[in-house]
Amino acid sequence: MHVPDGFINAPTSAVTGVLAAGAIAVSLRGARRELDERTAPLAGLVAAFIFAVQMLNFPVAAGTSGHLLGGALAAILVGPFTGVLCVSVVLLMQGILFADGGLTALGVNITNMAVVTTVVAYAVFRGLLKVLPRTPRSVTAASFVAALLSVPAAALAFTLMYAVGGTTDVAIGKVATAMVGVHVLIGIGEATITALTVGAVIAVRPDLVYGARGLQQKLRLRVNGELVDVPAAEGARTAPVAARTSRRTLWATGLVTSLVLAGFVSFYASSSPDGLEKVAADKGIDKKAEEHAVSDSPLADYGVKDVTDARLSGGLAGVIGVGVTVVAGSTVFWAVRRRQSTDASPTTVENV
Amino acid sequence: MGAGHAHRLYRHGHSPVHALPPHTKLAAAFAFVVVVVSTPREAMWAFGLYAVLLAVVAFHARVPAGFLLKRLLIEVPFVAFAVLMPFVAEGERVDVLGLSLSVNGLWGAWNVLAKGTLGVASSVLLASTTELRELLLGLQRLKLPPLLVQIASFMIRYGDVITDEMRRMRIARESRGFEASGVKHWGVLAKSAGALFIRSYERGERVHLAMVSRGYAGSMPVIDEVTASRAQWSHALTLPFAALVVCVLGWTL
Repeated sequence: MHVPDGFINAPTSAVTGVLAAGAIAVSLRGARRELDERTAPLAGLVAAFIFAVQMLNFPVAAGTSGHLLGGALAAILVGPFTGVLCVSVVLLMQGILFADGGLTALGVNITNMAVVTTVVAYAVFRGLLKVLPRTPRSVTAASFVAALLSVPAAALAFTLMYAVGGTTDVAIGKVATAMVGVHVLIGIGEATITALTVGAVIAVRPDLVYGARGLQQKLRLRVNGELVDVPAAEGARTAPVAARTSRRTLWATGLVTSLVLAGFVSFYASSSPDGLEKVAADKGIDKKAEEHAVSDSPLADYGVKDVTDARLSGGLAGVIGVGVTVVAGSTVFWAVRRRQSTDASPTTVENV
Repeated sequence: MGAGHAHRLYRHGHSPVHALPPHTKLAAAFAFVVVVVSTPREAMWAFGLYAVLLAVVAFHARVPAGFLLKRLLIEVPFVAFAVLMPFVAEGERVDVLGLSLSVNGLWGAWNVLAKGTLGVASSVLLASTTELRELLLGLQRLKLPPLLVQIASFMIRYGDVITDEMRRMRIARESRGFEASGVKHWGVLAKSAGALFIRSYERGERVHLAMVSRGYAGSMPVIDEVTASRAQWSHALTLPFAALVVCVLGWTL
């Protein structure tokens, strides 16, 4: 779904361009923290891998075939920051060299396909790993769900941009249904391939999978017939590294996810009362209902306006959504952080 | 849309367009596309003039029309989308050949087709007259973050290596009688993708060690700084300025 030039109007393209530039700046800093000076070669090679794996065709049936998009895969294999960078670089090069996706639509493409997919996939993945038992199998399962959700999420983000700055007036409901419908199907394929690929990498080099770093079992030795823990002498070497990055990562992903969620909330808050209102106007019942709706709740007020005000109302509802979600998210992360700090004793021992 | 990526992009040549410094060409292409996108869609003649402008550039760059048209094929998926638009869009409808089409949808389809095609054509012209390495230098000169440019340069440099590795794995699979025909073979292909990731990552580690052993400390030395004279800038920017004139005319007329 590389968006060409002229599909989204110029102001919206500019805004998404700024958004994408901000996300890339944050990712550059984050990736440097994850990889130090190894960033350039490693991220470059992973970008080349994603570029190549997008050419790997997976036959579906009767001559049709699909290919991997790679956002979720990148996030799980190399971490969210490096993942965003790799997919962005791939998109940048596809735009400039291969004319795949317009130059002015670079912001739209990067925001949709690099930022939204990667961040949603990684947030879902992390959230699931917190709940699931700590086994390689649950990493595979979590990556399946993460990839499954990331593709329709990108489609929804595109629909949102289209609602704000689309150049044709196809009804937003139709665009959303078509985009999400098609991309749920694509998402199933993406999820299967991603989960299988992550499973294949975990089977060979579990240490390379960023999302499975906490999984390494404690090394135990059998001494005189009973299992004994290896003395935690060099265990302290690896633990602080993991602890240092994960908290910031959690915070950043949580914040961005809450923003994305708020976007969806605003999308629904603006679209569904519109439909209601239209029906109400058609049936001539809006005279009575108007005061009712206004007095009922502030969100209803922002939603029930005529079509020209839908964007404004959606935006306002979105802002409120951001506030609520950030507060809720912060509470969750505060709780998670407290739990982490209680069991942050250096237990991981590298068994390589 | 991965199938068309493997062919050669750059056309070697010694035309005036080839000789321009890369960052001026990047800036010109980008400005041109911005101008095209902000043109009102009702001014149909303006898009014709833009196409003529690009044709003049292509003539000066000695890029044959067939080459350009073949590369435009990358746009086909969105053309299909644009064709659907008149059927699903809202608004008043008009009868064309017995089909009820939306007027707004027709305008929208025209808008996406015209602007998208011009955008693709200008990218194709840029890529076929500028070498990959020059393009990266140009991006660096345009103040893209150096780390991003480094990542992009590694991607470009090793893209062919990784793709070749993938091709070798495919040949290895096929020479053992494997033929992917349906969903049940995804496991095998995914294992190949996993192996490809491990090989790429490990190659990255080796490349990093090789760089460190040659004195790499986080930034690449720039040996060939590209500069552009005032005349070169004005040559390159002729295209977007001409387009801007057309655009202003399109808004006023």
